Amino acid sequence: MQATDIGDPDYFHRVVECQWACPAHTNVPEYIRLIAQGRYSDAYMVNRDSNVFPGILGRTCDRPCEPACRRERVDGSPVAICRLKRVASDLRDDITDRLPRAPAEKNGKRVACVGTGPASLAVANDLMPLGYQVTIFEAAAEPGGLMRTSIPSFRLPAQVLEEEIGYIVGMGVEVRYDTPVTSLAALCRDGYDAIFIGSGAPKGKDLEIEGRHADPEHVHIGLDWLKSVAFGHIGSIGSRVLVIGVGNTAMDCCRTARRLGGGDVKIMARRPRRFFKASPWELEDAEEEQVEIIVNHAPRRFVTEEGRLVGMEFDVLEWDEEATRSRTVDTVILPCDDVILAIGQENAFPWIERDLGMEFSSDGLPVIDAVTLQTRLPGVFVGGDAAFGPKNIIWAVAHGHEAAISIDNHCRGVPVEERPANRMTLTSQKMGLTEWSYNNDYNPSPRQQMAHVDLAKRFNELRLEVELGFSAEQTMREVQRCLNCDVQPVFQAPLCIECDACIDICPVACLTIAPDTDSEASLRSMLTVAAENLDEALYVSEPLAQTGRIMVKDENLCVHCGLCAERCPTAAWNMEKFDLRLGRAGMGALL
Amino acid sequence: MPSIKKPLIPLAAMPTNEIGLTMRDYEGSMSTLCAGCGHDSVTAAIVRALFELSIPPHKVVKLSGIGCSSKTTAYFDSAAHGFNSAHGRMAPIATGANAANRDALYIGISGDGDSLSIGAGHMVHAIRRNVHMVYVIENNGVYGLTKGQFSASADIGSAAKHGKANTVAPIDPVMLALSLGASFVARSFSGDKEQLVPILKAAAQHRGLALIDVISPCVQFNNHNGSTKSYRYVREHELREIEPDFISTGREIVVDLPRDGSVMVAMHDGGLVRFRTLPAEYDPTDREAAMHYVNQAHARGEIPTGLLFVDESVPDVHELNHTSETPLVELPFEELCPGSTELEALQQSFV
Repeated sequence: MQATDIGDPDYFHRVVECQWACPAHTNVPEYIRLIAQGRYSDAYMVNRDSNVFPGILGRTCDRPCEPACRRERVDGSPVAICRLKRVASDLRDDITDRLPRAPAEKNGKRVACVGTGPASLAVANDLMPLGYQVTIFEAAAEPGGLMRTSIPSFRLPAQVLEEEIGYIVGMGVEVRYDTPVTSLAALCRDGYDAIFIGSGAPKGKDLEIEGRHADPEHVHIGLDWLKSVAFGHIGSIGSRVLVIGVGNTAMDCCRTARRLGGGDVKIMARRPRRFFKASPWELEDAEEEQVEIIVNHAPRRFVTEEGRLVGMEFDVLEWDEEATRSRTVDTVILPCDDVILAIGQENAFPWIERDLGMEFSSDGLPVIDAVTLQTRLPGVFVGGDAAFGPKNIIWAVAHGHEAAISIDNHCRGVPVEERPANRMTLTSQKMGLTEWSYNNDYNPSPRQQMAHVDLAKRFNELRLEVELGFSAEQTMREVQRCLNCDVQPVFQAPLCIECDACIDICPVACLTIAPDTDSEASLRSMLTVAAENLDEALYVSEPLAQTGRIMVKDENLCVHCGLCAERCPTAAWNMEKFDLRLGRAGMGALL
Repeated sequence: MPSIKKPLIPLAAMPTNEIGLTMRDYEGSMSTLCAGCGHDSVTAAIVRALFELSIPPHKVVKLSGIGCSSKTTAYFDSAAHGFNSAHGRMAPIATGANAANRDALYIGISGDGDSLSIGAGHMVHAIRRNVHMVYVIENNGVYGLTKGQFSASADIGSAAKHGKANTVAPIDPVMLALSLGASFVARSFSGDKEQLVPILKAAAQHRGLALIDVISPCVQFNNHNGSTKSYRYVREHELREIEPDFISTGREIVVDLPRDGSVMVAMHDGGLVRFRTLPAEYDPTDREAAMHYVNQAHARGEIPTGLLFVDESVPDVHELNHTSETPLVELPFEELCPGSTELEALQQSFV
């Protein structure tokens, strides 16, 4: 077998599953260790370096990291990564003097961004310290985009939003509020060196069925309705509310409705529950607030009497196993006072002239390069929901970082395809014979449950944050659940005397000294425990000195406890911390 | 010693044996031996053998004397009974325990110091009596616990860590056992579990004393160039010609016997040991041939390993002494102690 090249930054990055799964590649184990040490500000800064908005994301992230977490494979529930992020944010000291600053002397390049959502803000965050003058155009009177308008403040308090946006705008970003961009052509004529479009997917989908326009006052489009609530234009709703849709926006709509007077709020779903788009925890939170979830009901028509909405008619469906085909078994009318439509959102670019050279695909999205985010119009870039349709905040931030690299290249006359390379360091964690600079013991604690404000209280105060955050004790337990996947057992074949000590001590039997073979498949089958998870790599050594066999570690099983290194008589195994240094705007292309 | 206890990680895929236990259920406390000690690998091999044989952990009795080797018993099968005896006295304790309860699996762990010097007299008599037990000698050629002096198994010419070579002739436990009429004699290497585990399994099923001389390098004091019991030396000189494969009872044997001289040996309980010997003429049931073979290999500087000799027909300690079929511990008190009237009657019969 070819020995594993651990100098490739991607190799160990994949082992740090949370970091690999995070679109912005947040160094999760590092910040969790910092929290464990009480270094909340440091933990916050590690977060901020990748995801820019730790306070916001610690409450609202879609958490692609958690399903990937190794702990899930060990005891069934991932580390509460997202909520630990919030701990770092809540308990940090004043970090303003550690924030990046814009130089007084500018580089003379001007960049325009459309929308003050997370994508544009991330672009500004990366470009301002390099001397760019960034101007952001915002249609609303306040910054934040969908983070402000579609996430209710009982999940994301406005103060958290303002603080973290303030860190970026405070660098001297010029934000033009109440200034919708109505023409890309006009913006281009303003002479900006680059334009970034981070205008999101702000248009909620409508449901054109019978009776839709009979009582428009009581049929709401979810995104618009949430926005009106956020800006204080709407303060009440009828007592019986039907929410159509099963995504996270639908959950936000029904929970908001509960606070505005909706006593009987139902989520209406076409398909069975396991096909819902909403994150499981958002579904749970909605159910906790006594929202009823009704599955297998497809909207048929709005029922009105004398111009007033009185109910909605549904087909009751029966689905096949994979919910691809259905048949109608019944028809029912559910009475209601209001209906909120939360069936998806769309991109809308009415302000982009189609003759500028920016191409659009058949689904209405601009044609862009997946890596550089450049459109067919050189110097114009798109990120966030505007780029590939609705995703989430963390993806928008990741796009922001990539777009900033492209913009920086574009402005310096470097091809946008030349990306600064990711780099890495491996640092020994050895502090003594059997002592490490990380806590290597396995803690069997179960995942900590988030405490919530009690129901009566939260329904009284629209803006009262529901989640209380982890207590000190909960934090202490939860940080110890992290398996430190970034601390890698690193093997040096020439030192090994093949004594089997590492294999004997390994608590998960992830090590094998196997005869060398050309076939990975046969190697996988001959390990101490057959390596059946093909998504996980095998760490394969050079041939060993005494027998020519190879040391093999199944990355799927390893829990990074360091016992192999503690029992190794020759220090052939050592625990080394993998630190990924992501390529960023301003680092230049290191090839 | 490791900074943490080997954690119990609840892996979903952890295999269980016939009595529903995992391998972790056969482990003991954390080893305090040096990192890389061969004895820890022997421990791991015993854990695996007990697991694979589905032996109830409480049916095992662990016995040992003094020395690094004798610490081993603490590191496997926490649920077993155990006795850590005075130096060299593992064998008589095992003999006594055996007499009291013939129903348990006796695993004695000793070393080259414990068995070939201070306890040599006891060992030879246990072999003669064919005490029903597994007798493991963790053989590293030095006294590790007292910083590496040569033991009675050190080869002539083997260098100590400070450089001086041994000049005194070694005792070879394999040859000693063969000459004493042992019924099961094997040699293995701690760095070769593929061979050691099946040998341990066969030994556990053998009726009588199963002696296993396990070369188990002392990583601290006898793993240097010039040593004949280092990992490297053993690997370079091991003659792994006899590859046993233990096939336990109850499972149908569907192996294709190779034509190169395989010999199937039926164990007392019906289990089978398959020997695959490269020299077609090697017969592990022929004591003289085995002695000749081992002697010749030694002369060539080779270390023959594997199950070298087995004879299931040798009567064991219980047969020799006509002991009760029921273990003494299970006999009711009245039967064990018939009372003073019976005693008097017995005494009168001598008059």
